[in-house]
Amino acid sequence: MLADRDRIFTNLYGFQPWNLNAAQKRGDWDDTKALIGRGHDAIIDEMKVSGLRGRGGAGFPTGLKWSFMPKGSKDGRPSFLVINADESEPGSCKDREIIRHDPHKLIEGALVAGYAMRARAAYIYIRGEYIREAETLFAAVAEAYEAGLIGKNAAGSGYDFDVFVHRGAGAYICGEETAMIESLEGKKGQPRLKPPFPAGAGLYGCPTTVNNVESIAVVPTILRRGASWFSSLGREGNAGTKLFQISGHVEKPCVVEEEMGIPFRDLIETHCGGIIGGWDNLLAVIPGGSSVPLVPAAEIMDAPMDFDGLKALGSGLGTAAVIVMDKSTDIVRAISRISYFYKHESCGQCTPCREGTGWMWRVMERLRTGDAEPAEIDMLLQVTKQVEGHTICALGDAAAWPIQGLIRHFRPELERRIVEREGTMMEAAE
Amino acid sequence: MPKVTVDGHEIEVPEGATVLQACELAGKEIPRFCYHERLSIAGNCRMCLVEVKPGPPKPQASCALPATDGQEIRTDSEMVKTAREGVMEFLLINHPLDCPICDQGGECDLQDQAMAYGRGGSRYDLNKRAVTDKYMGPLIKTQMTRCIHCTRCVRFSEEVAGVDEIGALYRGENMQITTYLERAATHELSANVIDLCPVGALTSRPYAFEARPWELKKTLSIDVSDAVGANIRLDSRGREILRALPRVNDEVNEEWLSDKGRYQVDGLVRRRLDKVWIRRGGKLQAADWNEAFQAIADAEPRGSIAAIAGDLVDCETMFAAKTLLASLGSDLLEGRQTGMSYDVSNLSAVNFNSGFAKIENADAILIVGSHIRSEAALVHVRLRKAVKRGARVFVVGPEWDTTFPTTFLGTDAGVLHDLPDAVGEAFGKAERPAIILGAAGLAAGALEPALGLARQWKLVREGWNGFNVLHMAASRMGGLMLGYGRKGGIRDLVTAAPNVLLSLGADEVDYSAFPNSLKVYIGHHGDRGAHAADIILPAASYAEKDGTYVNTEGRVQYAEKAVFAPGDAREDWTILRAMADVLGVSVGFDSLSELQAAMIAAVPALGVEGLADFGALPASSGNGRASGELKYPIEDFYMTNAIARASVVMQRCSAELLHGAGMAEAAE
Repeated sequence: MLADRDRIFTNLYGFQPWNLNAAQKRGDWDDTKALIGRGHDAIIDEMKVSGLRGRGGAGFPTGLKWSFMPKGSKDGRPSFLVINADESEPGSCKDREIIRHDPHKLIEGALVAGYAMRARAAYIYIRGEYIREAETLFAAVAEAYEAGLIGKNAAGSGYDFDVFVHRGAGAYICGEETAMIESLEGKKGQPRLKPPFPAGAGLYGCPTTVNNVESIAVVPTILRRGASWFSSLGREGNAGTKLFQISGHVEKPCVVEEEMGIPFRDLIETHCGGIIGGWDNLLAVIPGGSSVPLVPAAEIMDAPMDFDGLKALGSGLGTAAVIVMDKSTDIVRAISRISYFYKHESCGQCTPCREGTGWMWRVMERLRTGDAEPAEIDMLLQVTKQVEGHTICALGDAAAWPIQGLIRHFRPELERRIVEREGTMMEAAE
Repeated sequence: MPKVTVDGHEIEVPEGATVLQACELAGKEIPRFCYHERLSIAGNCRMCLVEVKPGPPKPQASCALPATDGQEIRTDSEMVKTAREGVMEFLLINHPLDCPICDQGGECDLQDQAMAYGRGGSRYDLNKRAVTDKYMGPLIKTQMTRCIHCTRCVRFSEEVAGVDEIGALYRGENMQITTYLERAATHELSANVIDLCPVGALTSRPYAFEARPWELKKTLSIDVSDAVGANIRLDSRGREILRALPRVNDEVNEEWLSDKGRYQVDGLVRRRLDKVWIRRGGKLQAADWNEAFQAIADAEPRGSIAAIAGDLVDCETMFAAKTLLASLGSDLLEGRQTGMSYDVSNLSAVNFNSGFAKIENADAILIVGSHIRSEAALVHVRLRKAVKRGARVFVVGPEWDTTFPTTFLGTDAGVLHDLPDAVGEAFGKAERPAIILGAAGLAAGALEPALGLARQWKLVREGWNGFNVLHMAASRMGGLMLGYGRKGGIRDLVTAAPNVLLSLGADEVDYSAFPNSLKVYIGHHGDRGAHAADIILPAASYAEKDGTYVNTEGRVQYAEKAVFAPGDAREDWTILRAMADVLGVSVGFDSLSELQAAMIAAVPALGVEGLADFGALPASSGNGRASGELKYPIEDFYMTNAIARASVVMQRCSAELLHGAGMAEAAE
């Protein structure tokens, strides 16, 4: 279990107020000027050494991402930091807790990260449904401006830095980095083609880095306590702490900060009071938000919860939104519902995702009731392969993976339903 | 120059080429729907997937991927084949199987590529999506269930036309292409989206269910609806032109065509003159050719005959008339029907010298008295490109919607003598400055001052001539080359009061100025000219004769005969040739080829396809002054010539798009 002294999000449970005064008592905004005083490249190097991998799902090394930003503008274009608070992945709710209870960690992180990558301003794109959270964030930003922590001569560092909060309108796809940039520019949220990558031409055609809320919020603490502290936690290549969001059939669902690589069993036993009905009642787990393939009980129980550990199981850590399903779950219906979500949220720009997500969902619905041919299972698997890797953004992959996971691990269940339904139909016909 | 390997063959590709272009250079066909050379890259159809190393182990959209040195591209691997089949299957699952009743049938990209790259059958046995049709105006017919969301139409209206008329609503499989609130698309180039649409979602409303492409005879022709001389293809069946489509010519029209050039063709079968008419006792009565020719001979044309060329006639007709007049001892020729009398002693001063393709490179443009969108919509496309590349545009004349940032300098032509400092500054710095002088400017006497500015700003420099006059009549430059321009303009003809006035399809002339002349109208439509005529001789339209046209750039182009003229109508030159016999004179040619040979002997430039050389720009005399309010001559874009005025489609466009008339259909 992670020691209390190693926690970054010290007000995660909201036992204290979120406001500036309380945040400062918790150590936020403590001599931020000195952090900035280390210089652009020193901060980026420190982040590289810390081994922080992006917390938005893909797990790309954060320091490396920042280093793609230009070292000074040749043509007068400013650089921007965009912070992705469009947390819409089913199961994920960590950014919400950060913004609710620790918004100043995010704002301070925005300043430090923005300074490191020579950004002129940060845009925080917050999910439209997060109404109270957006109110908190607006208030926190206003507080920070008031206290001179951001704006002109931010925190007395001599660096001018603005933070803008932008509310989304409730589209999942706007969490994709280039779609978010489009949406920020006032256009329809549809992902852009890459290349050019945002670090070359992003928001308003200027160099831009898009980071997750959690990735940014941990930055000041890492810098204060040192990269070696952060990298001493977790496993090789999966350093640090992480917010896990456990939902589903556990006694006590929660959002909790834990060390990367904690075994699944420990995570559940320590923080969630165990699986409902005991460990024998566990059916499967979706370990990283709805877009990653599920892992059956036997494989997940003692698996380490980090990027590489879950990748080895054919799944992924994603946002560490752990969805636990016990044996009362209709697993086919659960995955079918996820399919519906992706069908509903597909932006419609490129063909495989626009047409494929609807097709996959419709077949899933029939498999749920068993109203299908056994051959359709293989056809569905083929369709998911036709979507996966053929689209502009990763939403196609996200729609395909849950179904692939289902077929990989629960094909007998699908076949059972088809046979069972056939049986009842014959009876009826007689 | 990066070197790439395509299916094992190494080739060198130009800098900045995409993988798709590299594959094409290597002779490999890459299927595509959304990609179009003249539009921005969308990369959304995913049909052009190829395998590229180095790169991720999945197929890449070749249209959006830059070709870089050392790439290994495969278009024939199993991965590519499967990927194409997959995308094709997705495109087809929600595409209706209504090819037998679809107008795109036979010229449909989806049909062709499904045959070439698709799977044999469908695995989708669920219900297909249906989408409500959208109203996009009198020209574009929609069947949105067929749409494959390639967004070519959206990108065309945004990027080429410069109007945000077409867009996409909703998301995922509910995405729909539509116009805002289903308003009609009103841009002058709107119908080009029909050509761009790779499927039958946007089809031609006037051409709906008329014909199949394989039934049509295709004839290469030149558009006469304006002075751009867009290259077109006339598709005909039997004696009727069913549609006009643009041909690719990067120098002239790229691959676009204005809505008028495209849709006035239905006017070719309406209000046609197909009989000889003679006015007796104030009423036109049917007659025969001999009676008509005799009546002309009786009017004693020798030494007292004049000819006015209309806007749509070809050079051959004008040359035949000129020869006839010369043999009768007259040189009273004029083509500027509305009375303009600008100096035409040096044609380089009244020519679009930059050329359409090069005007894209201009970095400062002064437009004097031209509503370019309605006078030459295809030139407006070029100006948009110039502005995108950073050109500043100033306009003297009433304001119009240019679709790009423009500084309007007022409506009084006199401002040319007292331009604001900003203009001088912009032109002083410009490397490729240009002036475009339109009809309204010419009418206000702006030619002399413009020539003065040309010298002041050095519009003519190494590799660049920025002095441009934009005409509106297809016959104008050819007519001026053939001498249809007198010092006093049409007033010379009025003063001469000839016994016989030949009107070669001239419909814009004020004939009341010729009360004592026998007015002989040789033309194809019963329009204004025919109403004023004493004798009507039915002739051929541009689609019914071989002809030479010179566009406003001075570009000589040839059009071919697509169909026969109706009834008794004859090709214009044969009428003039027969008239010469009755009048007892000789014109020296008995066939079109003899006529053309004589014409080329007289004006050699007409014998060479391409830009005519008019020599150096003359200096301004310095004493001409422009004055008065500028007024654009075109009040109704869709009604500018006799063919368009006879066209039902153009009338409907005019009524609905310009005059806001509700559609009967919509009201029902």
